[in-house]
Amino acid sequence: MPSATAEPILRVEGVSKFFGGLTALNKVDLEVYPGEVVALLGDNGAGKSTLIKCVSGVYRADEGRILFNGHDITDASPSKVREMGIETIYQDLALAENLDVGANVFLGKEKEKRLLGLIPVTDDEYMRREAAGVLDRLDIHIPSLKQKLVRLSGGQRQAVALARALYWDARLIIMDEPTAALGVPEQRKVLALVKTLREQGIPVIIISHTMQDVMEVADRMVVLRRGRKVAEVPRSEATVDLLVKHIVGGFDVA
Amino acid sequence: MEATTSTQVRRVSRSSTRATTLSVIAQVWPWLFLLVLVTYFSITGTGFFTVRNFSNILVTSTLVMLMATGQTYVIITGGIDLSIGYTVGLASVVSAELMRTLGNNGVDPTLAIAAGVLAGLGAVLIPGLANGILIAKVKVPPFIATLGMWGIVRGAAFLLTTGKNVVGDLPADVRAVLRQVGNGSLLYRIEDMGLVWFRQPDDLTREQLRSLQRLLPYPVLITAVVVLVFAFVLARTKFGRRTYAIGGSKEAALRAGINVERHLIVIYLLSALTAGIAGILHVFRFTAGSPLVGEPVLLDSVAAVVIGGTDLFGGEGRISGTVVGALIIAVLQTGLVMLNIDALWQFIVIGCTIIIAVLVNRLREYFEKQQQEHQEEYA
Repeated sequence: MPSATAEPILRVEGVSKFFGGLTALNKVDLEVYPGEVVALLGDNGAGKSTLIKCVSGVYRADEGRILFNGHDITDASPSKVREMGIETIYQDLALAENLDVGANVFLGKEKEKRLLGLIPVTDDEYMRREAAGVLDRLDIHIPSLKQKLVRLSGGQRQAVALARALYWDARLIIMDEPTAALGVPEQRKVLALVKTLREQGIPVIIISHTMQDVMEVADRMVVLRRGRKVAEVPRSEATVDLLVKHIVGGFDVA
Repeated sequence: MEATTSTQVRRVSRSSTRATTLSVIAQVWPWLFLLVLVTYFSITGTGFFTVRNFSNILVTSTLVMLMATGQTYVIITGGIDLSIGYTVGLASVVSAELMRTLGNNGVDPTLAIAAGVLAGLGAVLIPGLANGILIAKVKVPPFIATLGMWGIVRGAAFLLTTGKNVVGDLPADVRAVLRQVGNGSLLYRIEDMGLVWFRQPDDLTREQLRSLQRLLPYPVLITAVVVLVFAFVLARTKFGRRTYAIGGSKEAALRAGINVERHLIVIYLLSALTAGIAGILHVFRFTAGSPLVGEPVLLDSVAAVVIGGTDLFGGEGRISGTVVGALIIAVLQTGLVMLNIDALWQFIVIGCTIIIAVLVNRLREYFEKQQQEHQEEYA
């Protein structure tokens, strides 16, 4: 649990986003503290993705401010946001499945060595070793690191995406529906990954539809409905019933 | 519980073995097929298993080999370059035309040839750049963009020759220098003289001429250097790695901060460049240029790439495979002619080979997917 004195690493203050006449986000506040897993819940169209895209720089908030580590990132571009340490892992993972783990972790930042002291070539050994190291940190063991990603399971690939983020010093990881499209055993593995990240002090925002996932890993659950934040529930008080009521708006009727 | 887990482990490892085996087969079978072809033609065809014939086959294969080398890069990125056939022609026409003009105006033959080579290579960079910009920046599908360029380059090449099929009539001294390279060899073997380096002696008897073997023809050496450089860059460098990454997932490459647009433009420039080198080499070999040099073998170049195991959807492939593919095509062409088999059979055999290559690739992908699924069940 965040202590009262700790500074939030991410602070979203009164952010709104409009698409024409539609209010996708309406003065939403959100805080994420170091080493905390925050779940973002809500029905389709509740504004989860819009909020995430505002944070990651894909959308620009029309109102409000977003602070990361004290820096204002409200108007930062996606690449600037990534540079500052916020890594968003989308469902499609953005991996080159025809390449191996090392190549993926170092994609776009390939490590080179000089052949005969002259010709720059990729240092595949180094990249594989480093990738293995960071996968170790995630407690993930891939039998052969020379295998192309296409031959790995969904959970293993998720781990590779996380490994890349970690290796390049991500300080906040946003995961968009990480367990969708995975089988049950694979879902367990991904949740274990999220827990490992928390143990290492890296905060995670996780978007999910699956209540069990959320109950298992999140320290705090933030529920959005029609663009508004309608509830913020610590794990100790959360029940599936309560969360579902918030999501579908069961309290409005009462 | 214990039992099911071990079954699953077995299934993962079995599908893993299959996927690995298939990717080995995908790489090895073209070499085996080439070996079978050479063996068969050597046994049945008189004069096939000779140094002279192999030397001829290699020289013949250089055109397809060069075109296919650039095409391999393009196809690995998930594209295709249909314009390189006429690009070969354009390079040959531009360089032959300039060599003739300069030669006729008393310019030193070597200088005239050097200028022609540079002009030919420079000219092909225009369609290459146009392809690259259309595909990378304007997002025109490669098939459409290079089909358009196919027409434009064709028209441009024929306009340069004022509609004629051949640019010949080069001055005799220019032709002589061209032939030294185009028909020359780094190393000859001649009866009674043994090994001779660099150039063919002038006063050879008829017997010596008949016995003459070109052990290292210059066109083959030049092609080999180009192919080796391209193979090295693709397999070992950052540029090669990113070429594969773009073919595997353009989205992933973009998000990784790779300048995909610039990379693709360079790829199409390289494709035009290897076609240009092929066109120049043609001028050296035949002391003439023609808009029609490369077009008839455009699809052979694609076939060589595909037979070599490169995936037409991108992300997979090697230059070594393309080399075998080009050799298979050259051996088939020569072998069938020597066996007096109707040359039309070569199309049928090449067609079947392409289909086998694609099937092997599909099967490999199937086992890779299967391994992924089994791994997921086991998790």
